[in-house]
Amino acid sequence: MMWKLNKFKNNTAVITESGQKITYEELDAHCQSLTDKIGRRCLVFNLCRNETASLAGYTGFLNAKIVPLMLKADLDKDLLKSFIITYKPDYLHVPSDMAAAFTDSREIYKNLGYSLIKTPYNNEFELHDELALLLTTSGSTGSPKLVRQSYKNIEANTKSIVKYLNIEETERAITTLPMNYTYGISIINTHLMTGACLILTEKGLMQKEFWQQLKENKATSFGGVPYTYEMLERLRFFRMDLPSLKYLTQAGGKLSPDLHEKFAKWAIENDKKFIVMYGQTEATARMAYLPCEKSLEKYGSMGIAIPGGKFSLIDENGEEITTPETVGELVYEGDNVTLGYAQCGDDLKKGDERGGRLVTGDMAKFDKDGFFYIAGRKKRFLKIYGNRVNLDETERLIKSNFKDIDCACTGIDDKMDIFITNPLYKEIVLKFISAKTGINHNAFTVNIISEIPKNEAGKTLYKELELSYV
Amino acid sequence: MNNLEKYTKVFTETFEIPEEEVQSLKYQDIKAWDSVGHMGLVAKLEEAFDIMMETDDIIDLSSFEKGKEILAKYDVEIK
Repeated sequence: MMWKLNKFKNNTAVITESGQKITYEELDAHCQSLTDKIGRRCLVFNLCRNETASLAGYTGFLNAKIVPLMLKADLDKDLLKSFIITYKPDYLHVPSDMAAAFTDSREIYKNLGYSLIKTPYNNEFELHDELALLLTTSGSTGSPKLVRQSYKNIEANTKSIVKYLNIEETERAITTLPMNYTYGISIINTHLMTGACLILTEKGLMQKEFWQQLKENKATSFGGVPYTYEMLERLRFFRMDLPSLKYLTQAGGKLSPDLHEKFAKWAIENDKKFIVMYGQTEATARMAYLPCEKSLEKYGSMGIAIPGGKFSLIDENGEEITTPETVGELVYEGDNVTLGYAQCGDDLKKGDERGGRLVTGDMAKFDKDGFFYIAGRKKRFLKIYGNRVNLDETERLIKSNFKDIDCACTGIDDKMDIFITNPLYKEIVLKFISAKTGINHNAFTVNIISEIPKNEAGKTLYKELELSYV
Repeated sequence: MNNLEKYTKVFTETFEIPEEEVQSLKYQDIKAWDSVGHMGLVAKLEEAFDIMMETDDIIDLSSFEKGKEILAKYDVEIK
C-alpha cells in the first residue's frame, strides 16, 4: 500500500478550516469506506478542494489502486466535460454541491461534503499496472494532455523530498496550493509518509482567516510559487511575528533574484529556513533544491539535484556540456521521472516511455561549484501564478470560440500578451479567457494588430510579432 | 471627485464591473476579486489616497463596506 496510515494511528493527519482534528486512523476509515464503494481498479476524477474529503479521495484511491485524475473543483464546466468525454472515468468524486450537475450519472455515496458519482462508463480503457496518478499539464486551458505517474515515481520522489527537507512527524504544513497541482500534492505526500499534519484551508494569503489558522494551529511551514512571494512582500511579511513557522519552500517558476535574496536574508536573520526548489509534473514533482545554508550565497540559483537524481546539460547536437556558465538544455535522471504523457484514453495502457530520463525543455547553466541556474525555456508555455499555461492551447481556445478573428499568444511568466486582429473583441476576449482559465484578468493583455505575421507555411512568426509591437 | 467617487472608481476599475455591482461586493464574490485582484486593489487604494496600509488592514479588507471603515483609520473619510 502506498500510504501506511495505520502506522501513525493516533497522530493528527488533518486540521480542517473549522479547527477539527482528524487522526490518521480516522482518515484511513474515510478512505476505506469511500474506496469500498468502488471495489475495483478503475479511473476516477477527483475534483479537488483543500478539504478532508478531497484528501481522503486522493489518499484512498492510491491505496486501493484506483487511478485518480486530479482536477480543480472550479474547473470550467465545458473543459470538465471534455475531460470526461476523452477519458470516460468510471466515477467522479466531487463536492456535493456540484453533484446535481451530472444528470446522466447517479450519486452512490456521500461523506464529508463530497459525493461519489457513478458515470455510465465501466473500465472503458485499459490501465497499465504501474499507473498510479494522472495530472494535467495545462489544465486551465483544458488541454487533454496528462502526465502519467507511477507508484514508484511517487514513492521515490516523496522519500527524496522527506530526506532533503528533513520532514518529521512533528511538522504541520498549511496549504497554500491546490491539491490538483503537483507541488501541492508533493507537500501532502511528504507529510502523509512521515505521519505529519496537514492544515487544510481554502483561504488564501490575502485573507485574515488564513493567518488566524496558521497562528492558532502553529503551522511549521508552507510553500509558494513566485507570485506568493510577491504577495508576502506586499503584506510586509518580514515584519510579521510567526514563531511556529520553521521553513518556507518555493517552486512553480523562477523567483526573481531580488526576492530570493530578500527571503534568504529574512530566513537567516530570523532563524528560519528558505528553500528554493525546481521541478515539473513530468518528474512527479521535485528535481532540484537549493540547500538553505547556500540560499543567500547562491541566490538566483535553483540548486542541485535532489537525493537520488542527476542533472546534465546538452547542447543543440545532444552532446553533454562540461564547462561552467554555458547554457544548454537541462536533462534529469532519476526514479521520479514519470512514465510519459497521455493524450487520449488508449494511452492509459502505455508503460514507461522515458526510462528514467527527462529532457526538461528548460535551458540552464551551472556555476563552478555545480549549482544550476535557469536561463530560459524551449517550449511554448508560460507559468502564470505558478500554473503552466500553454500558449498554443490558449490560441486554440480563443480561435475556436471567436471564429472571425485571428489570434497569437506570447509573453512572459505572470503576463500573457494576446494579439487579436479585430478591435471590437478586445474586452470580450479578455473576459472570455479569464473566465475559461479561472485566472485573474490582470495576467492578460489583449493587443490589437492588423495582421498576425506568418511565414509561407502559415506558421506564426512570434519573434516578429513581439518586435512589431514594441 | 469626492472620496466616495474615488473609492468606487478604484473598485470598478480594478475588477472591471459596473458601479451598481460594487456596493455589496465581498472578497471572492467574483473571480476578479481573488488574491491577485486583492493585491491590485490595495495598490490602487494606496495610490489613490496616498496611504500605506498595515498588514492587518490589508487582510481585513474583505468587502466594499469594510474598506470604508479601514480607510477611516488612515484619516480618509469615504463620503
